Amino acid sequence: MITAERKPMEEILEHINPYNRILLVGCNECVTVCAAGGRKEVGLLSAALQMAYMKEGRTLEVKEITLERQCDPEYIEELVTQIDRAEAVLSMACGCGVQEIAKRYTTKPVFPAVNTKSMGASERQGVWAERCRGCGDCLLGLTGGICPIARCSKRIMNGPCGGSTKGKCEISPDVDCAWNLIWERLKELGLEKKYEEITEAKDWRPSWHGGPRKIIREDMAE
Amino acid sequence: MENFEPVIVAFCCHYCAYTAADMAGSMRLTYPPNVKIIRVPCTGKVDTKHILQAFQHGADGVYIAGCLAGDCHFKNGNIKAARRVARAKKLLGEIGIEEDRVEMITMSAGMGERFAQTATEITEKIRNMGPNPVTVFRVGQKQPT
Repeated sequence: MITAERKPMEEILEHINPYNRILLVGCNECVTVCAAGGRKEVGLLSAALQMAYMKEGRTLEVKEITLERQCDPEYIEELVTQIDRAEAVLSMACGCGVQEIAKRYTTKPVFPAVNTKSMGASERQGVWAERCRGCGDCLLGLTGGICPIARCSKRIMNGPCGGSTKGKCEISPDVDCAWNLIWERLKELGLEKKYEEITEAKDWRPSWHGGPRKIIREDMAE
Repeated sequence: MENFEPVIVAFCCHYCAYTAADMAGSMRLTYPPNVKIIRVPCTGKVDTKHILQAFQHGADGVYIAGCLAGDCHFKNGNIKAARRVARAKKLLGEIGIEEDRVEMITMSAGMGERFAQTATEITEKIRNMGPNPVTVFRVGQKQPT
């Protein structure tokens, strides 16, 4: 899922300070799962923002709405009945959702309430760790299902480097060395030979380095 | 400020603090009428949002009274509540409201005296802190809606 974290309250308040009526839009997908921008978080942020205004002797009118998905125009359309009343929109979705609202409702300022972090997985309850960087050319089949792009700090293709100590990365004792994990996994699978293969320098063009990416499915696209 | 009577909302677990409040009554112990009790089936049922909304609607202090560690009727509701209180404190701090206005406390059903004592102590603490800054601008404050 796409993981995110709420922005500091100070920053959010600075954004919405000129306005007294806002539309606070959550998203039922990834940000709900990582507890950053679902219905519950929308309710909490709404209460906190209203109190911050009340402290200053002001009143903030907040219309709370949580869409099924903020990255699809069909769902963004649901805001059409609410948008006129609002002076600004505060979105708790990832960057995709914020941009979709901005694209559809051009006359209203839209502000993000969360910082979009990474594509991650749940390590345990309340902990989400980065697992994929969307490089556009998946090599997990070569590395025993552990990604050296997302999980090696240097993103090296033939590791580990000299900074790997006792299975940990030199950047922090809390960070596993991805290449150590890869080696252990390949050993477990009896595929040590794969480790011997030298992987060539990665072609980064399918990644962001080739500019913004787009997928077109001709059988589906209208 | 001299006449300030704080409104305290106490979310009390049915299996411990609420029964302890009952016990305090049976023991003829007095505690301040400022404390408004909300009975919940377990403190694990209290969400961070409920705590914030209590402040939003005019409470000067909030406390969640749950079972002693390891004694939760539903296994770990009191632990969940303690975490939510910690989160509420953080959120309140971020918007400039004193974190000490919200507390998590634990007791057993037989601790009538502790219930009365805690209610008195928290009421006094909040009285000394003054009104909830959110309600300062509100006309006819102290009447939660």
